[in-house]
Amino acid sequence: MTSRKTTAVAGGGIFHWLMQDTMDGLRRRRAVLGYLFLLPTLLGIFIFTAGPVFVSFGLSLFQWNIFKPPDYVGLENFERLLEDRRVIIGLVNTVKFTVLAVCSQVSIGLILALAVHRINRVWLRYYFRTAFFLPLLMSGASVAVFMGYIFHKEFGPLNYYLTLLGIPQIPWLTSSDLVMISIAIISAWRNMGFTFLIFLGGLSNLSQEVLDAADVDGAQGLRRLWSVTIPLLSPQILFATVTGVIGALQVFDEPYIMTRGGPGNASRTLVMVMYEHAFKHIEFGYGSAIAIVVFLMILVMAIVQMWLWRNRVFYQ
Amino acid sequence: MSTSVTRMPGDVSAAEHRRQVLSHQLGRWIPLMILAIMSGVVLAPIMWTISTSLRTGVDSFTVPPKWLPTDLAWENYAQVFETVPFARQILNSTIITWGTVLGQLITASLAGYAFARLEFKGRDLLFWIVLATMMIPIQATVIPVFILVRSLGLFDTVWSLILPATPTAFGAFLLRQYYLTIPIELEESALIDGANQWQLFYRVYLPLVKPGLAVLAILSFNFHWNEFFRPLIFLQHENYPITIGIFQLQGYMMTGSISVVLAGVVVSLVPVIIIFLFGQRYLIEGIMRGAIKG
Repeated sequence: MTSRKTTAVAGGGIFHWLMQDTMDGLRRRRAVLGYLFLLPTLLGIFIFTAGPVFVSFGLSLFQWNIFKPPDYVGLENFERLLEDRRVIIGLVNTVKFTVLAVCSQVSIGLILALAVHRINRVWLRYYFRTAFFLPLLMSGASVAVFMGYIFHKEFGPLNYYLTLLGIPQIPWLTSSDLVMISIAIISAWRNMGFTFLIFLGGLSNLSQEVLDAADVDGAQGLRRLWSVTIPLLSPQILFATVTGVIGALQVFDEPYIMTRGGPGNASRTLVMVMYEHAFKHIEFGYGSAIAIVVFLMILVMAIVQMWLWRNRVFYQ
Repeated sequence: MSTSVTRMPGDVSAAEHRRQVLSHQLGRWIPLMILAIMSGVVLAPIMWTISTSLRTGVDSFTVPPKWLPTDLAWENYAQVFETVPFARQILNSTIITWGTVLGQLITASLAGYAFARLEFKGRDLLFWIVLATMMIPIQATVIPVFILVRSLGLFDTVWSLILPATPTAFGAFLLRQYYLTIPIELEESALIDGANQWQLFYRVYLPLVKPGLAVLAILSFNFHWNEFFRPLIFLQHENYPITIGIFQLQGYMMTGSISVVLAGVVVSLVPVIIIFLFGQRYLIEGIMRGAIKG
């Protein structure tokens, strides 16, 4: 047996066992190489992603700042969270933002993709695709900065053109009722390039036979769109919705830069509240408890996504 | 296309014929109009940003807004570098982004190969575990990582951003797909030619997945160049990257000239525009393959 040999002639044995010029030797070499190649990724993911998730759960049961030793408090952080007005407002704002942003970026992206798909001229298609794609490359920070000016109540170009249409100046970012809507519009402006591309990819993969069959059956125009094309795109619509929700639940950059959460708490999001507790007030325990809430909401969406994926609803 | 239902000419009354022609025309022009308007909506804020960045301070918030850069006040760009340590911040962003991209390329090309082409016990289970970690949002890990980074003495260094971002489940997953497309016969003939396992990976497979490496590099570059949340937590003052730089600029310039702030924004977009011009194909391919995060 190889194992007995290995113990007999330690180092040389392992080397021989591994380098044996047989199919078995080859298989062993490939297996060892597999573990070696995975090591950096596995180790890194364990240290920086998987491990920290469990630590976050653990931390949420403690009261801890870096200056004093941690103090076990059980579920106290979660009880405090339920009565924390800022957390509840943050949650409401985040959900409001998510619904508005995802609905608009999915529906506009779909309309744009359907329209571009009908264009036959190559250069025109290329122009539109390029235009809708461009904002996707920009940072949330830079978009937030220039959109902050464009949506400015008195001096912003947006309100200038609206007043030409007879609409009075709208306090986009300074009214508690409007601020989350404005941020959702700005976020959808940036992200609709993503949903657009997903839908365009889906449309070009649609089987022409099915569409022709629909034609022969007399389904035309809007009817065909509604009862044939859109149902065939449902995998892409689901994908765009789920990834959109996962992204939107983490919204931070835009409200942080444009309004600092204001006016009042009107644009404070859940991740902003978490950031403030964890890194401004150095409350690692309470910050972790809020992080766990964000995580669980995303986990639900991720499970939905995994489920859809395993059931092959997604495009390949 | 939409009038493919065949009818005898006599079957259609004049009124119905007109209606059909009209709906055909509408079906052509309405999408085009929507697209023209929406591309304007998307491009106008970018145009305004660029042209306002070249306006003199007093002119920056003029009403009605001007769309062409008439003043060419390039001194705004110089002023960005005087107001905040912008050169330093560009350097920081460059180091952090390239460091992360390089680290991801190395770890993901190895892991993707192992998942795609090597057989060993537990491979599929490990693959699913790695895949599942893709769903973990940054918020759920950032506090423990912060504590770890601090205890390692890496707080406020570029390593605090590069190291945690180097292992990439997404990259491993993406490159695995590219390795899987390469025909296995190639491997057999290389082995017959006497290649060892390392040569098989490095000389045969790696050159063939270059398009995949390009997709990963560009997606990752774009994502990390644009990062705001992690740098805000892990870095301070002179180590801030350019995204926080323009945020600071906006803070200093609140009452001053917005042209200077927008000049900073335009500078921060330069690498993005370069990617856009040369790497658009790779980016779109990456997104189409289901890019969830960089």
